[in-house]
Amino acid sequence: MSSSASLAAPTQRSEQRQAAARVVGLTKVYGCGDTEVVALDHVDLDLAAGEFTAIMGPSGSGKSTLMHCAAGLDSASAGEVHIGDVDITRLKDKALTALRRDRVGFIFQAFNLIPTLTAEENILLPLSIAGRKPDQAWFDLVVETVGLRDRLGHRPSELSGGQQQRVACARALVSRPEIIFADEPTGNLDSASGTEVLAFLRRSVDEFGQTIVMVTHDPVAASHTDRVVFLADGRVVDEMRAPTAERVLEAMLGFERRTAGA
Amino acid sequence: MLQASWKSLLGRKLRLLMSAFAIILGVSFVAGSLIFTDTIGKAFDGITDTVGDVVVRPATTSGMFDGTGSSRTVPGDLVERLAGTTGAARADGNVSDETTFVVSKAGKLVGGQGAPGLGLNHNEAPTSSGAQPLTLTAGHWPERSGEVVLDVATAERAGYRVGDTVALVTSGAQPKVSATLVGTAEFASGGLVGASITVFDTKTAQALYFGGKDEYTTVTVTAKDGVSADELASAVQQALPAGFESITGAKLAEEQKTSINEALSFISTFLLIFAGIALFVGSFLIINTFSILVAQRSRELAMLRALGAGRGQVTRSVLFEAFVVGLVGSTLGLALGFGLAVGIRALFATLGLDLSESALVFQPSTAIAAYAVGMAVTMVAAYLPARRAGKMPPVAAMRDDVAMPEGTMRWRVAMGAVLVAAGITGVAVGGFAGVDNAAWFVGLGVFALVLGVAMTSPVAGRPVIAATGVVYRRLFGTVGHMAEQNAVRNPRRTAATASALMIGLTLVSMMSVFGASAKASIDKAIDASFAADFVVSNAIGQPFSAAVTDEVAQVPGVEAVSPLRIVDMQFNGGRTGGAAVDPQSFQRVVPIDLMDGSLAGLSGRAIAVDEKFAAEHDVAVGSKVELTVAGQEGSYTVAAVYHDLKAISLPILLGLETANAAGVPQQDSMAFVLTAPGSDRAAVEAGLETVVADLPTVTVKDQAAFAEEQRGPIDQMLALIYALLGLAVVIAVLGIVNTLALSVIERTREIGLLRAVGLSRRQLRTMLRLESVAIALLGAVLGVGLGLVGGWALQRALAGDGIDVLAIPAGQLAPFVALAGIVGVLAALWPGRRAARLDVLRAITTD
Repeated sequence: MSSSASLAAPTQRSEQRQAAARVVGLTKVYGCGDTEVVALDHVDLDLAAGEFTAIMGPSGSGKSTLMHCAAGLDSASAGEVHIGDVDITRLKDKALTALRRDRVGFIFQAFNLIPTLTAEENILLPLSIAGRKPDQAWFDLVVETVGLRDRLGHRPSELSGGQQQRVACARALVSRPEIIFADEPTGNLDSASGTEVLAFLRRSVDEFGQTIVMVTHDPVAASHTDRVVFLADGRVVDEMRAPTAERVLEAMLGFERRTAGA
Repeated sequence: MLQASWKSLLGRKLRLLMSAFAIILGVSFVAGSLIFTDTIGKAFDGITDTVGDVVVRPATTSGMFDGTGSSRTVPGDLVERLAGTTGAARADGNVSDETTFVVSKAGKLVGGQGAPGLGLNHNEAPTSSGAQPLTLTAGHWPERSGEVVLDVATAERAGYRVGDTVALVTSGAQPKVSATLVGTAEFASGGLVGASITVFDTKTAQALYFGGKDEYTTVTVTAKDGVSADELASAVQQALPAGFESITGAKLAEEQKTSINEALSFISTFLLIFAGIALFVGSFLIINTFSILVAQRSRELAMLRALGAGRGQVTRSVLFEAFVVGLVGSTLGLALGFGLAVGIRALFATLGLDLSESALVFQPSTAIAAYAVGMAVTMVAAYLPARRAGKMPPVAAMRDDVAMPEGTMRWRVAMGAVLVAAGITGVAVGGFAGVDNAAWFVGLGVFALVLGVAMTSPVAGRPVIAATGVVYRRLFGTVGHMAEQNAVRNPRRTAATASALMIGLTLVSMMSVFGASAKASIDKAIDASFAADFVVSNAIGQPFSAAVTDEVAQVPGVEAVSPLRIVDMQFNGGRTGGAAVDPQSFQRVVPIDLMDGSLAGLSGRAIAVDEKFAAEHDVAVGSKVELTVAGQEGSYTVAAVYHDLKAISLPILLGLETANAAGVPQQDSMAFVLTAPGSDRAAVEAGLETVVADLPTVTVKDQAAFAEEQRGPIDQMLALIYALLGLAVVIAVLGIVNTLALSVIERTREIGLLRAVGLSRRQLRTMLRLESVAIALLGAVLGVGLGLVGGWALQRALAGDGIDVLAIPAGQLAPFVALAGIVGVLAALWPGRRAARLDVLRAITTD
């Protein structure tokens, strides 16, 4: 009873907070007829502002599709996706592009940076595309936080994988987006660099109040978040607050067993 | 392995086609040129295949299409004597003239742009095959003065029907002739290649061309059955008086064909040079395309190596692709060549070589040449990328980011630098050292420079790109910055793409500088050496009747008229330019700067020579010179030496009287008119216009208009060269499209990322457009720069030949650069559209 109370408390609090993004009845179907695959099946999900959320699930569970649709990179077959107060499923390419530029940040698993630009130019890319001036104090703070001060003039090819991911994180943060989507941001990193990146993401949530949604299949990565949403067969099957690596792993194994049994 | 290459080809049909484009265009130019050349050959095969068994003519006269031939003739009584030769069935006298032109109903000259206007007498002499060279298609043959027959095509072009009154202009004693069209005839061999035929009865022809004397140009002797042409020719030779010769029709036809082919061989050389340029430009694009294709497939190639394929096998697999590309490109190019031949035919028709009646001739050798050239160029160009593919380390298959093993550019830049140095030397020697064959030095120098700059341009082009980048960043911010960065990230690729455009523009701007200089030089020369108020001349470069000059002298207000009569002369076995003039009046209209002697003595066997001629052949006043004038050899004495004439190159001057004695036709090339002091210029001009009113070929011009007329051929030549070089530029543009399109494919993930972080489609298109413009501008700046240097050197090299003024046509060169910018914008259209259509998510997740 007490455990359920402790679970309920933050839920109530997050409901009081405004949702940074909201997914309602999101369905994504690939192909048609015999080859039809339902990747997302009426998913409902609220992503609270100022929270670090992990989306987990076995391969093929639809977790990447969910993130792509939520971020406006992929179109939904049915349902709604709200970022702030905008239903992005109704937006045309031009407005969607502007939304991605101004209100959303991205961190991909690999190939996050433009090879011809320096680290600093990469960080400022979304702002300079928009023709906006960076807030110098904020830029300095972000660069300081990711510890890249002495690497700003380097090209991506001169940076280590971990450094490249930190540049990507800085780029995602610098425009102060309403929400950052991270797609397996530590997938290509060794564990030390991965931990560094995760710690940095954690800090940006705690210190700057940034909202982050991260897709991962690594229970350790998920343990850095506030909330883990589990997906299987295109549906939200469970969620967990204040996760630890052990509990996440256990839950994952549980789903695998259930899937295998079924 | 072969199967793997084959599959890879089929999987990339679009890229295959794009890389084949350069080959298609180059080969089509080669094939088109060859088809056109063969067509010319065939057309004249026909026209010369119309000669009789044996022809008698004055000894050593030149061919039938020689406008400045002799006026020496065969006397009429010889015809009857020849008819009685053993073995002869009949003998017919031929009267022929090449400057008889038809004036159309609308008052315009028909033909006359290089092709002769044949004036013939009618006779029944059969050709060697027994047929008649001309077959009547309507009406009857002319029987008396005032009747003519025209060839069908000419009658049609001029709008005349049987019964109409035809206006003709000739350079004979009677410049204007009008006669009733009594019939039309068809030439046995079909096409006349733009020439026209006017047939008179023999009496009228003799009246027009020989002042009514019973004389002939040649005599055709026809053999009896069973007598061979050779037998008859030697029998006729026995019967001939000195100064005449007999020749079999077959030999004469051969002679004529050879002289025509010689005269026209420059056309095929000219066309093939441009085909070569197109292929040269194309080879850059093939190198580029294969380099990119190999780079994109590097992981796949490394995989093949990891699976156990040898270096040679990988190299061969790429070469096999090149082989197929070459094969496909050559085949399509050959087909396109037909279309191009039609275009070239139309182009030359506007210049007076009208082959529209001749069917295009396709010989197997054309196909062989097209395939050989197409395959060889493709394979050679693909060799370097193929070798690099073989060097791919197998471990690259496992790596995430695969970079092609790229050798340092040091070797390449060093080679390029050597070539640039050699080129500069060549240009400097040719342009400024005053050596013989200076133009060749300049040509080779420019070639070396172009190659050298192309090789060093990955490095040498950086300042240009950097300068563009500064402007881009200021105007387009990050998008401009990224465009600049993209343009320099593959320096070789950018350089090769720009080089293709550079080559075309180098030649275009070089020609443009040279042409402008030539025109400026003409203006200056005419300005300096033109004392006459008016010039009477023939718009089509044919001489006109001396009777016109006499009439001009009668116009009120004309103080003096001085004719210039271009005479065909031979010296030391080669042709030499020269003219007959009136020694007294000529100096008043064309200021001649005498070095020695005087023109007053220009009569009898005296000549004057210019400084250059005197120096080259080591003659001075008093020297004896052996000269062939109008086909007659003779010994002449040098009476004067003068400084080279600026306006026209005339190494030798004769007196009119001397020319008449040698049998030069009474036809003037130009007549210079001086007005009397105090006379009304406009009235004199009106009077002169009245004289030439009915002669559409003869015009009256003042100095400015005359200069304009002299500049005309240069403009025409430049237009032709621009049209042909246009092809090289088209190939270069396709090259930019190709490079950009392949780059877009290569950078798919990057484009996806940019789109994901908020780059709009428009910004993406702008980025590609700017990259394209940067490449095009690089090519344009290098090309125009090299062209300026080359044109300057060429002008200097030919300063001694009269091109002594340097003119830089900035008004023409600046648009070339601007045009290159537009070309860049256009070239980015398709790749830009493709890039903008990429699905963001799919792009970012591609391998």
